[in-house]
Amino acid sequence: MSAAGSISVSSVQKIYDPKGASVHAVEDCSCEIPSSKFIAMVGPSGCGKSTLLNMIAGFDSPTTGEIRLDGELLVDASFRTPPNSDRVVVFQNGALFPWKTVLENIAYGPIVQKTKTREQAEEEAFELLRKAGNLERIANAFPGQISSGMQRRVEILRALINQPKVLLLDEPFRAMDTVSKSKMHQHLLDIHHNLKPSILLITHDLVEAIFLADVVLVMTTRPGTIKLSIEVDLPRPRSKEMILSERFIELQKQAIAAVHEEARKAFERGEKELA
Amino acid sequence: MINRSSKKLLLIIGITTSVILWYGLVQWTPFKSFNRLPDPLTVIIEWTSTDPDYGLSIFSKDYYLHILYSTYRATVAFFLALVLGVPLGIMMGWRPNFNAYAGALLDFLRPIPPLAWVPIAILILPGDEPAVIFVTFLVAFFATTLNTLLGVRSIDPDFLRAAECLGANSSDVLRDIIIPGALPTIFTGLQIAMGAAWFSLVAGEMIAAQYGLGFMILESYNLVQYPTIVIMMATLGIVGYSSSALIRFVGKRMIRWREQATGMGQGLETR
Repeated sequence: MSAAGSISVSSVQKIYDPKGASVHAVEDCSCEIPSSKFIAMVGPSGCGKSTLLNMIAGFDSPTTGEIRLDGELLVDASFRTPPNSDRVVVFQNGALFPWKTVLENIAYGPIVQKTKTREQAEEEAFELLRKAGNLERIANAFPGQISSGMQRRVEILRALINQPKVLLLDEPFRAMDTVSKSKMHQHLLDIHHNLKPSILLITHDLVEAIFLADVVLVMTTRPGTIKLSIEVDLPRPRSKEMILSERFIELQKQAIAAVHEEARKAFERGEKELA
Repeated sequence: MINRSSKKLLLIIGITTSVILWYGLVQWTPFKSFNRLPDPLTVIIEWTSTDPDYGLSIFSKDYYLHILYSTYRATVAFFLALVLGVPLGIMMGWRPNFNAYAGALLDFLRPIPPLAWVPIAILILPGDEPAVIFVTFLVAFFATTLNTLLGVRSIDPDFLRAAECLGANSSDVLRDIIIPGALPTIFTGLQIAMGAAWFSLVAGEMIAAQYGLGFMILESYNLVQYPTIVIMMATLGIVGYSSSALIRFVGKRMIRWREQATGMGQGLETR
């Protein structure tokens, strides 16, 4: 990862269907993803976490406010930089192309961007698979033939081959069992340690957020805004044992208090899941 | 689960029962008109006779000529539908603007039964042959277009977003996401199109043709050659089934990823 980027979100507001129902999805939201930092964003369902991520990725634009990447304007109300490999998203439900093999999936970015020939890209993809824990044996498998945990790892590799300035992870471990999840956490920590990309992780899981991130941002219920920013001062490299440390539990308590208050508000309003 | 050998047995029981029912319907029912239906034995004898009473059996040249004519018409119509319907369906699914003007027209034309087109087709096209092919093409075309459209629409939008993130431009998206993503539904559509093509071909041939299985069914009726009617109907069943099977086979070859994904499970990882 040669050049990790920093994202700054300033006073972003997003209103859906401004003429009709006027749903305020995000309200006066400001935050930073500093270069090479791991930021986790937690909050109740439908609080606008994914909306924010979509705006950073370039799929959507804010109603007011702006988002910048390394100081340069990414999106505001009237301007939108289309999605590109600067900011690669790993999706909630997985979006590996089922008709391409694992290797073809990973090599896809550099090939369509024409930064590498097919041979070079596939060679590099193979190398990434090998480094990721001797996964080269699945190079020629189709995504449907490997487990969902493995699919996620491949999808993250597919993002990393492009050397994105920011990696955007939209609840990628949501549907995973505890063991696979814990493996994925280690995998992600390794990636962050070795390649130092800037990461924005959206999650429901507080333990996951604190265990992985440098900063945990707690979002309020809709309209979403940053309620609390928790600096996670646990040392790196992180290990599983830290979860039981006093400091971890203390941080967790802070976060739980904030999140539960918001979750209760959302629940009382009878919000349906929109995330 | 039914295993293979008992599946075969069930199939044989099914066929035997229906042949007995057929025989019984002809021979044992009190309704007189049912006697006009030739019984299975008569049909088999006529069908395999070297000297058939009504001129058509597996040993007569004309029998194959009729099959050839019908197959030729169905094939031409099918490929026309493929060549025009698939691109149209893809454009409609991929470009909302295109759907706005093509979709309404298609929705309006689709409910018109193909046979309603026959007189106009005969009037405007040179000769009966293109008219029969046209009505056959028409149903196949609608089935192909609509299923292709459905296929494109069923693609998970995250695939499109993922491709964009990875730097794909719109022709990359078309080639790498839209077409392969829609392919399984396109093949389902092509199978339906093939079935529909035979359906309207037979009707078209009854109205405006001098050769072909549909023509021969009506002709045999007019000439009181009842066993020939049944022979032609059975032949239609065989030819129609074969054409669908062929499309299925090609589809399976072209959509390998799907077969492997569902067939092999997750065996790779435990290796």
